[in-house]
Amino acid sequence: MPSFLADWFGPGAPEIWATFLVTAQIVGVLISLVIAVAMLTLAERKVIGYMQLRRGPNRVSFFGLPILHGLAQPFADVVKLLLKEIIVPARSSRFLFLLAPLIVLVPAMAAWAVIPFSPEFVLADVDAGLLYVLALTSMGVYGVILAGWASNSKYAFLGAMRSAAQMVAYEIAMGFALVGVLMAAGSLNLGEIVREQQGGFGSWNWLWLFPLFIVYFISGIAETNRAPFDVAEGESEIVAGFHVEYSGAAFATLFALPEYANMILISALASVFFFGGWLSPLDGYLSADAAIRDTPLLGAVLGNGFHWLFLKIGIFLLIFLWVRATFPRYRYDQVMRLGWKVLIPITLVWIAVEGVLAWLKVGPWAA
Amino acid sequence: MKRIRSFFQTIFLSELLRGLSVTVRNFFRPKVTLNYPEEKTPQSSRFRGLHALRRYPNGQERCIACKLCEAVCPALAITIESDVGPDGTRRTTRYDIDLFKCIYCGFCEEACPVDAIVETRIHEYHMENRGENIMTKDKLLAIGEKYEAMIAADKASDSQFR
Repeated sequence: MPSFLADWFGPGAPEIWATFLVTAQIVGVLISLVIAVAMLTLAERKVIGYMQLRRGPNRVSFFGLPILHGLAQPFADVVKLLLKEIIVPARSSRFLFLLAPLIVLVPAMAAWAVIPFSPEFVLADVDAGLLYVLALTSMGVYGVILAGWASNSKYAFLGAMRSAAQMVAYEIAMGFALVGVLMAAGSLNLGEIVREQQGGFGSWNWLWLFPLFIVYFISGIAETNRAPFDVAEGESEIVAGFHVEYSGAAFATLFALPEYANMILISALASVFFFGGWLSPLDGYLSADAAIRDTPLLGAVLGNGFHWLFLKIGIFLLIFLWVRATFPRYRYDQVMRLGWKVLIPITLVWIAVEGVLAWLKVGPWAA
Repeated sequence: MKRIRSFFQTIFLSELLRGLSVTVRNFFRPKVTLNYPEEKTPQSSRFRGLHALRRYPNGQERCIACKLCEAVCPALAITIESDVGPDGTRRTTRYDIDLFKCIYCGFCEEACPVDAIVETRIHEYHMENRGENIMTKDKLLAIGEKYEAMIAADKASDSQFR
């Protein structure tokens, strides 16, 4: 704490300094998130382009410099979207129409408060972190419904109905998958869930909860309305779904930003719940081998830290894009069948299996 | 047996993994897209692009106003008017090609007995104002003069097949 604060504010200075620190951390996380979203849109176009034997964006460079061609594409897109006109449809509910994008955006951002980035750094180390995440990811569906209803357009309304039904259905499967995680970790605190998985690659949750991981990831894809579950968009049937009537900056905040922020969030949660968050895969071997652990640079790189979390998030995001480039869109009734009749029973069965495993004291319940 | 196999295929998502392997293989294959303005596809010497009117090496116009091209043109894009020139020969006073009507079939080039009207390899051109789609005689002759070397080379390379 700088000393001049004490002179200015007297005894209240530590609180003011703490507030300032937290605000700075929040702003830092949000800015990096927005930049990550921008880069993810570019990565999506690049990866899908490469999988379709194309090159993807490779023209726009920063300030016209002759390096890093294509890297500035998302920023050019953002400038374009912000400069475009926001058209509010006639006879629409204007207030709700403009409110809906924010309702979608805010939970996608706020959920990051409880993600543990490294052993030391988490914005809010709350004990009910898992519940908080579930609650906030459920909030997004309100924005989608409002967007569809306020647009006063049948396509938007149909898209919103589809989207809402799908998100509710897959939230149940996702919640049950997280019940399995909860049983393995014995805590709702995300930091505790990560610490519970200590001991290297084989001791992470994915090994004993593999079906739940698959269910969680599929639900995550459906939850973010990504291909092959993007029936909410279904351009061949309902033009573009709930965001038909949106344009310009409202479109950017309703559709582009939250969708990609949610993808990153789902990837981060998948790494935290099933792949040990910031834990290094070599954790167990390192704690046995003190020589490597105490080597200055190598020890830091191979040891626990935020870089492992970012690497895992990156791999999951790549899988998101890979899946989108590979699979055709599900028919709507198939989406609902998969959610209700396949994924939810699988999670229930595996929760029962976990109960047996815990009773036998194997895997994560050994101690 | 078949049902058992299909059950295991469903439960282990093997078909999905096969699909994913296809896309990941394509990810690492060389890309077919050309970086257009820098890289271009190879072009045939018979490419039919923008039109040009040629001159003989001594500077005389080749066109003798026989109007065969006008007659053969399936899109009626060519308009020719003729008169007696200053040296007593028959010459065009007007030779217009409407590029919006032209279908670039190359019949005019085929019909021409003196190789006067040709279609060059130029395909990157544009119009900025209304009316610029009409290629007048002056514009066509200017193109012919500018690209004579390329036109002559293409004609020579193609002559053995005629």
